[in-house]
Amino acid sequence: MNLKGRHLIDPNDFTLEELDEVFKLADKMIKDRNAYSKICQGRILGTCFYEPSTRTRLSFESAMLRMGGSILGFSDAATSSVSKGESIADTIRVLGSYADVLVMRHPKEGAPKLASEFSTAPVINGGDGGHQHPTQTLTDLLTINQLKGKIEGHTVAFCGDLKFGRTVHSLISTLSRYAKSKFILISPIELKLPESLKVNLKRKYDIEIVETEDLEKHMAEIDILYMTRIQKERFFNEADYTRLKDSYILNRNKLKDAKPDMMIMHPLPRVNEIGYDVDGDPRAVYFKQAEYGIYARMALMALLLGVDVDVEGR
Amino acid sequence: MLKVDSINCGIVIDHITPGNGIKIFEKLKLGNVDYPVVLLMNVHSANKVKKDIIKIENKIDIDLTMLGLIDPEITVNIIENAIIESKQKVKIPNEVTGLFRCKNPRCVTNFDEYAVPKFRLSNSNKKILYRCNYCEELTSYVI
Repeated sequence: MNLKGRHLIDPNDFTLEELDEVFKLADKMIKDRNAYSKICQGRILGTCFYEPSTRTRLSFESAMLRMGGSILGFSDAATSSVSKGESIADTIRVLGSYADVLVMRHPKEGAPKLASEFSTAPVINGGDGGHQHPTQTLTDLLTINQLKGKIEGHTVAFCGDLKFGRTVHSLISTLSRYAKSKFILISPIELKLPESLKVNLKRKYDIEIVETEDLEKHMAEIDILYMTRIQKERFFNEADYTRLKDSYILNRNKLKDAKPDMMIMHPLPRVNEIGYDVDGDPRAVYFKQAEYGIYARMALMALLLGVDVDVEGR
Repeated sequence: MLKVDSINCGIVIDHITPGNGIKIFEKLKLGNVDYPVVLLMNVHSANKVKKDIIKIENKIDIDLTMLGLIDPEITVNIIENAIIESKQKVKIPNEVTGLFRCKNPRCVTNFDEYAVPKFRLSNSNKKILYRCNYCEELTSYVI
């Protein structure tokens, strides 16, 4: 098993064993981060962010800096050669020679896949439109693994924007590959999980899916509640966004029937879908989740770069 | 009874579902060529009630993938010295590149000229659906 030189466009690009390799390395990094502080010395991460991102970009940058590497790139398409009409292929061909590993966020779905076809350096999908966000999935799975002890066999509820929410699409696709997963999909009718994705998952995997518009109805059976933001930038008109944006707001009161060890996750940033009164609840793990994101990305980049991660005895 | 001569050297696209003949004729741009071409519509068929046939007195390159998309019932006969040299059955293609666009308005293939739309066959039962290699959305092909 060797991830050196590989791209990560879709979580399905990695087998479960390869994902496990990432989580095992991330676990070692969590336990002793300093031991890995020089493994990427002399390596460069290229960040190609065609749409605004704070968390994902900074998380990648932090991850590379914490391993002793360097970073370059752009965080706004308007200030790069992209604004002059340069194609993705040309941009990536050039940046692939400037950096050793690239992360791309793009508003158009499939753009990182296109980039990977022209890049000599490994390309990591940092989010493409409403399609996929595989490193958020690595982060989510690492969080579940760290805090629940295993990834398989949980009842996972997804709540909010399941239509455009790429984090949801990536995570549910990957969790379906693990044994005995049950999903409760909570959303307004207009923001339901795309039918094509649901049909595809049900056909391929032995999973159970329940769809509802009621957040509290299934609260008592949920092991992991994954909340999402209704994303304004995914709507073509303001009226639809305004009508749906406050569909689900989680507060302490709504948690009264929840299991004592239920985990509340959120890819962040949140707006108002999780009340601040929930932050102090021990079941709220979204800030811990963001922290694990650094380790998931550190482990991923180290493995794609093929650097020596055997730090014991150094 | 309408009678059309056999061709000596060329291609006969046979067993076309009635109504599809004109679509294939247009797709192959046969209205603009300078060699003999015949489009027969609603002719008697032994297996079907009716069929369309296209006869082309020239060995042109035929995109069997495209023909399979339009009508998987088609047979393509290559004619040499007035006899059938080979017979090819077309089928619904498993992979299609560049023949139609992805229906997803957010797909990169609708914005970037380097991105040639590529699809894999997802469902060929009732409705033929193709999954985009880039955005994974399903697109149904309608000529």
